[in-house]
Amino acid sequence: MSLDAQWAVAWTRAAAAAVAEHRAELVELDRQIGDGDHGENLHRGFTAVVQRLDALPEAPAQVGEVLKLVATTLMSTVGGAAGPLYGTAYLRAAKVTAAEVLDSAGVVALLEAALEGIVVRGKAGVGEKTMVDAWTPAVEAAVTAADAGAEPAAVLRAAADAAEEGARSTIPLVATKGRASYLGERSAGHLDPGSASTALILRAAAGAAS
Amino acid sequence: MSGTAGASTPSVALVVVSHSRTLADGVVELAAQMAPGVRLLPAAGAPDGGLGTSFDLVAQALVAGTRDGGHVVVLTDLGSAVLTAESALELAADDVVARVRLVDAPLVEGAVAAAVAAAGGADLEAVARAAAEARGPASGGAGPDAGPDVGPVAGAEDGPDTASAGTAAASVTTPGPDATPAPAAPTDEPLDAQVTVRNELGLHARPAAQLARAMAAFDAQVLVDGANAASVIALMKLGAVGGQTLTVQARGRQAREALDAFTTAVESGFGEV
Repeated sequence: MSLDAQWAVAWTRAAAAAVAEHRAELVELDRQIGDGDHGENLHRGFTAVVQRLDALPEAPAQVGEVLKLVATTLMSTVGGAAGPLYGTAYLRAAKVTAAEVLDSAGVVALLEAALEGIVVRGKAGVGEKTMVDAWTPAVEAAVTAADAGAEPAAVLRAAADAAEEGARSTIPLVATKGRASYLGERSAGHLDPGSASTALILRAAAGAAS
Repeated sequence: MSGTAGASTPSVALVVVSHSRTLADGVVELAAQMAPGVRLLPAAGAPDGGLGTSFDLVAQALVAGTRDGGHVVVLTDLGSAVLTAESALELAADDVVARVRLVDAPLVEGAVAAAVAAAGGADLEAVARAAAEARGPASGGAGPDAGPDVGPVAGAEDGPDTASAGTAAASVTTPGPDATPAPAAPTDEPLDAQVTVRNELGLHARPAAQLARAMAAFDAQVLVDGANAASVIALMKLGAVGGQTLTVQARGRQAREALDAFTTAVESGFGEV
C-alpha cells in the first residue's frame, strides 16, 4: 500500500483499535508509576478521533490533513500529559506531510518532526523513562533503513521494532521526568506507559502500510 | 504600552490552569480576596470533568482574557498543566500569543502576587514578574544592599528562569513612558526613608496586599529592607511586626510619590491601631 491519506486513515483506525485492545494494560502500567489514567485518556482520545474521521464529508487528500485532525482531537480530548505530547507530535508531523504520498524520506521526516514536537513540549531526553525512549530509537532506525534504500513500509517496520525495544529498555530506568519522577527509585522495574503506547501507535503505522 | 502609573482599570487577567476545579476555584477565591476587580479565569479539570487539564478550556480562557485588547498571565499547577497551556499557545492566533505570558511560579503565591500587581495597574510584564518573583529566591532580605537584584528583570521574554537568576538583574527603569525625566529628582538617585510599623501584626497578608497594590501603580522601584515592595509575597516574607523599623528605598520617575505613599500607609497602621 502506498503511504497516502488512506494509509494515514488506516493507521489512525489501527492505532485506535490497538489502544482499545491494550487499554487495561496501559492503565495498569500507569497505575504502577503514574496516576493510572493513560489508558483511559488515550482510549477516549482515539475514540473521538475515529468519530471525527467517520464524520468527514469527503476523504482527505493529503497525509498531513489526517494527522492534523488527530492532533487537534487528541489535544482537546486527552487529559493529562499525553494529550499535549501526542497532540504536538501529530501537529508537527502534519506540517511536514502536506503530500499525497510519502516516500521513505517522507516517513523519516514525519517521525523526526513528531519526536521533535515531543521533545519541545516535554523537555525530556533519552534515558528519563518517557516516550522519548521509544521515539528516539524509532527515528534512528527509520533513518538507517531509509539510508539503506528500504521501502516506506519497511522503514515503518524498522521504526516500530525499535520503538518496542526502546519501550522495553525503560523498565530498569529511574524516571526523572513526568509524573513517575515523583516516585524516584521506586519507578525502576516498571515499563513506562508512554513508551508502551508509542510502540502500539508505531506498530499500527507499520501494519497499515503492509 | 500605556505605562503603569495611573491606570485605573486593570487590563491584565489571570488564567489559572489546574488539574482540579476545586483547586482552581480556591486559588481564584484567595486571589480575588486580596485583589478585587482583577479578572481571574479558572481553566481546570479534564475534558470529562474529572482530574486533568483541558486544551479547550485553556484555549477558551486565553481568548476570553485577551478579548478587547486585554493581556493574560497564565499560572499552572502540575507538569501536564504546563504542557496543555503551551500547546494552547502553540495553536493560538498570533495576536493572542503576543498578549499572553506563561509564568513558572508557585500556583498559590504566584496567583496572589500577580493578582495584587494587576490590581495595582501593573502592565503585562510587571504582573508576570510579580508571579515569577513569588518563588522568592531573589529577595531573602539577607545581606547588605541585596536590594538592586530585586528590581525589574530585564527583557520582555517570559523566561521562567529570570527570577532565580538574581545576579542578572540591574535596576532597569520602566521602558516606554520615561522619555521625560522628572524635573526634581534624577531617576538614578535613590530616595531613602525609614518608617516604623505601628500595627501589632505588621505586614501580614492584607496590609502587604494593600502596599503592593499601591506600589505597583507608581512608575518607581521601591525596596523595603531589600525586598520588592510591589510584591505581596516579598513583603509578607519580611515578617515585619509592630515596632519594627523598615528602610525604604525608591528610585524612578515617581520615586518621591511612591516613597510618601508607602510611609503614609505604614504609619496609618492599616486601620489596626
